[in-house]
Amino acid sequence: MRASRGALERVDSAAVPFRRDGRGLLGREVVDLVFGNGDQTRVALRRTVGEVLTARVARLHGGDCTARVLAIAGRSAKNDAVLRFLARRVTLTIPVLLGVATLVFSLIHLIPGDPAQAMLGEAAPQADVAALRSQLGLDRPLLEQYADFLSGLIRGDLGTSLRTRTSVTAQIVERLPATFELALAAMLVAMAFAVPLGIAAAAWRGTFIDHAAMAVAMAGMAIPNFWLGPLLAIVFAVELGWLPVSGRGGIDHLVLPALSLGLALAAMLARMTRASLLEELREPYVRAARARGISRSRAVIVHAFRNSLIPVVTILGLQFGAVLTGAVITETIFSWPGIGRLLIQSIGFRDYPLVQGCILLIAMTYVAVNLFTDLAYGLLDPRIRYQ
Amino acid sequence: MTRAGAAIVCLTLLAAVIGPAIAGVDPAFQNLPLRLEGPSLSHWFGLDELGRDILARLLAGARISLLVGAVVVGISATVGTLLGSIAGYYGGIVDDVVSRVSDILMAFPGLLLAIAVVAVLGPSLTNVVLALALIGWVGYARLVRGQVLRVRELEYVQAARALGATTPRILARHIVPATLPALIVQATLGMGGAILAEASLSFLGLGVQPPTPSWGTMLNYGRSHLLDAPHLTIFPGLAIAVLVLGFNFLGDGLRDALDPTMSESRRG
Repeated sequence: MRASRGALERVDSAAVPFRRDGRGLLGREVVDLVFGNGDQTRVALRRTVGEVLTARVARLHGGDCTARVLAIAGRSAKNDAVLRFLARRVTLTIPVLLGVATLVFSLIHLIPGDPAQAMLGEAAPQADVAALRSQLGLDRPLLEQYADFLSGLIRGDLGTSLRTRTSVTAQIVERLPATFELALAAMLVAMAFAVPLGIAAAAWRGTFIDHAAMAVAMAGMAIPNFWLGPLLAIVFAVELGWLPVSGRGGIDHLVLPALSLGLALAAMLARMTRASLLEELREPYVRAARARGISRSRAVIVHAFRNSLIPVVTILGLQFGAVLTGAVITETIFSWPGIGRLLIQSIGFRDYPLVQGCILLIAMTYVAVNLFTDLAYGLLDPRIRYQ
Repeated sequence: MTRAGAAIVCLTLLAAVIGPAIAGVDPAFQNLPLRLEGPSLSHWFGLDELGRDILARLLAGARISLLVGAVVVGISATVGTLLGSIAGYYGGIVDDVVSRVSDILMAFPGLLLAIAVVAVLGPSLTNVVLALALIGWVGYARLVRGQVLRVRELEYVQAARALGATTPRILARHIVPATLPALIVQATLGMGGAILAEASLSFLGLGVQPPTPSWGTMLNYGRSHLLDAPHLTIFPGLAIAVLVLGFNFLGDGLRDALDPTMSESRRG
């Protein structure tokens, strides 16, 4: 099992970027990798590409040793690109998060006139106004306020609610599970309606089914959830008495808010599923599958649909923000005790620290979900991370 | 569908302009003894909680919806086109600044920033327009920037530059007109979005304030009479859905007409 000099050079040049300390392979390591026995190869690999890949190479067997090392180097190159992609995306998110925090900080300073006076009302005594101004730090230099805001944010301290005198963070954390529960249920509803509708429209393209499905989808996108919610409540809670009309409790409480929030998203996703599936159905691998005698339904569901899901799931992730905003309205309609309802209540009470906290948390969750969606897409589709 | 969309939009526009005069009923007139009365021959869509004619209020509300849509789209498209074309043409630090600002604004999902801005400025029609335009320009800026990056390298633009045309002239006469088809599609779809956004804010009590009739406000007040007078909720919601659907149909149709590649991929 001897490797030619050319093969050695290939190994060395291919492995250069993949050594964990950033340097190329040492001559001895190359010798161990290519000419060494199993143990020597494994030790050299551990020093260069790490434990995980070493475990993988241990599973490779037979064949030319150089080919084995090159295969490992290839896998290592892929991992390196993934790491670079992850690092780049995470780094790009930091200035956006800082910008979001800055904008939310400046909101309180957009209040016309004296923010403290606006919060307490025109009739409030001047002493109370001055005390609030001091409590909020509005009497200090702007830069100092900003630095305090950022350091509080890093520590997870979003201030104190003016109305309840309790921690804003604690109130938000208490409401967070309800909003996530609703958002996730709405996304499940969206997928449950969108996928069959999109598949039917694509599978029977140009037929009545296609036109009807897409007309339903268009109508679904136009119907405001603050109208759909009350209509669903009239039918299923009031007339039929099947479901509770408001509040949070068992799964029955979740059905109407999730439907109200998820159906608009379902409409958009159904259009996406159809478009994505049609693209896949044109691909040669689907034609090849059909040529091998696979039934049409199997070609659509098993082959094309799985690949068409990648952009659909990505859009679903990116639409998480729309779900969060929609939750503000849905939670208000169904008295769902989440962050959206807390936000609207705090606006009503002019509890601006709480308003700031809710806005900040929703925006940051949105940024984080977008980041994860981007990363997931990059991992699923190599073309994205190599760009 | 495009024709249906155009018909819905034109009819709503017509109803908003001449409807209140033809209806002959003051949308603010209160007939308290008949409050919450259902649809009848004399009041087609019934009366609201203060005995006001719902049809008359819907017609007056159509003016508000279309006005908000037109002003928000007008401001957003103008600002977005200006910033997007400058960013795309000059590149460098101008592009970086516009792109980073739009990144930050886009980090706020949907209506959230508008809710925040209206919450601090106070609920009013003007503040709703301001808040929606504040987030609305970003989409236009990104669209125009992308188009300008493509168009600025075309030969006719280089020829204009070689002939000594000034940058503002190149932008105004040669580059921006090339982005118009995409802008028109975006603006049409944006009208539907702005109308829905205004209705959402009004529904939350953050938009147009009573007694000015607004479809979102009507829905908000109708919510408390869901059981005894559902017509208070049904008609304003239907009006919003139909008008937004009209703009979506029209926007989709224009996209198909102006962008054949999009049409092809959508049809499959």
